[in-house]
Amino acid sequence: MQKQSLKLWGLGILAALSLASCKTVKEYQKSRINDSEMTLSNRSVEKTEMSAQSYREGSSGANGGKTGGGCGCN
Amino acid sequence: MKKLSLSVIGMYLMMAHAFSQSSAIDSSGYRAKNLKLDEVNLVTSYYNQTANKSAVMGGDPGPKGIADVTDFANGLDVKFVGWDSKQRKNTLALGLGIDYHTAASQAYVDSNGTSKNNGTRIYPTLSWTRENDLKGTSFGLGAYYSAEHNYYHSFGLNASVSKKNQTNGEFSLKMVGFFDKINMIYPSEFYPVDSLKNAPVQDSIVYITSASGRTQALVYNNGQLVGSNKSKKQETPTKPRNTFTASLSFSQIISQRMQASVEMDLVYQSGYLGLPFHRVFYNTGKDTIETLPSQRFKLPIGFRLNYFLGDNIIIRTYYRFYADNWGLVSNTFNLEVPVKITPFFSISPFYRFYMQTAARYFAPYQVHTEQEQYFTSNYALAAFTSQMFGAGIRLAPPRGVLMNSLRIFELRYAHYSQTTDLNANMISLNLVFK
Repeated sequence: MQKQSLKLWGLGILAALSLASCKTVKEYQKSRINDSEMTLSNRSVEKTEMSAQSYREGSSGANGGKTGGGCGCN
Repeated sequence: MKKLSLSVIGMYLMMAHAFSQSSAIDSSGYRAKNLKLDEVNLVTSYYNQTANKSAVMGGDPGPKGIADVTDFANGLDVKFVGWDSKQRKNTLALGLGIDYHTAASQAYVDSNGTSKNNGTRIYPTLSWTRENDLKGTSFGLGAYYSAEHNYYHSFGLNASVSKKNQTNGEFSLKMVGFFDKINMIYPSEFYPVDSLKNAPVQDSIVYITSASGRTQALVYNNGQLVGSNKSKKQETPTKPRNTFTASLSFSQIISQRMQASVEMDLVYQSGYLGLPFHRVFYNTGKDTIETLPSQRFKLPIGFRLNYFLGDNIIIRTYYRFYADNWGLVSNTFNLEVPVKITPFFSISPFYRFYMQTAARYFAPYQVHTEQEQYFTSNYALAAFTSQMFGAGIRLAPPRGVLMNSLRIFELRYAHYSQTTDLNANMISLNLVFK
């Protein structure tokens, strides 16, 4: 798990750094970015699916949902 | 002298005018606004599952291992928004969730299958967020409570901060703590009932345990019920389970059509991490209660990339890697493609693939040995792959759906299946009123 964790840390930092070097998009250019279906999160209508996954699967988290606790889930 | 006095007065008036102009610029006419109802969000879902090898029966593949479930979940979120005197946006959100479920495996908390097989979960939430658009920062606090099916009481707290940079990026940090109390309700055969000490040897005694922990002993003689004794409702002991999470995320607008994010959670759990009514059957046939370590570290990391293709198609992708110190490793791939039929009506097909390795403490029915320190036969911790697919529709016309206040209507269907023979269907409805 330790080697995999280190690889993950490196991948995450690399992703963050590469994302940080992107072009600036002005407010009037954000019509497509601001579309509600472009949101970078799960939507309210997916709540039951995420809940079912947390109960029936051994992993959770990194999706804005439960990471464990607060329910009889894993 | 008169000219000098007039000059001095004139200069004074000019200076006063200059400062008065500054004062006029500062008082922009902005007024604070009290909290007002901004949005009401209703989500209702129906979930139906067929499965076997339930954890309550230790993964028994036979009829007693039935794990069929139905769940009717409802959530109502109400949001109030206001602005304070410093032009900061305050949002107060109140939520209430009520779920009703039936679970065939729950009946086998009693070994005869007569326990209550349904329950209700109620979970209110409260959160407050303050956003400062001038500085690009936000701060939030939240609280959560859950009472679940007689088995759980949970209390949660969270705090979050975020900061936008000048290149359309945003960092955020959220700290969450859950403080759970698990009611230690054991399978019936593990409850001692001493009131029938004087029962004749030839009588058979059957113990019935309800989901609330009350135990009843029934005495049979030659198949006829000849006596019974209901134990007092004992004070059900509880054990704690605590979960602490630090969620770090970074999102970035990459271009006019693309944005991405990375999210990582650092999770630590401690306490009683199993469930007291989950049986394990040894290879000798003897049963016991699952025993799991009292600590668990989890590390999920997720990546999202959304792209607006052309004028009508959005591609939403998600990948998550997960690992924990119980040896479980998983990968999740998700693809959703909303297609805008009109600017206000879209159809969204989606597909999800998931694979996980088994936790090192898992083994199927009647495989564990009595020498093992930790053991479980809960198939949520087994090795399997799962797939989920479905589609949703979304309507959001500017004048509302059927009425002006109903701004968004979403309906979504998903079919979920695991290689553990679990199959489920779920349908969800989301209504947003403004």
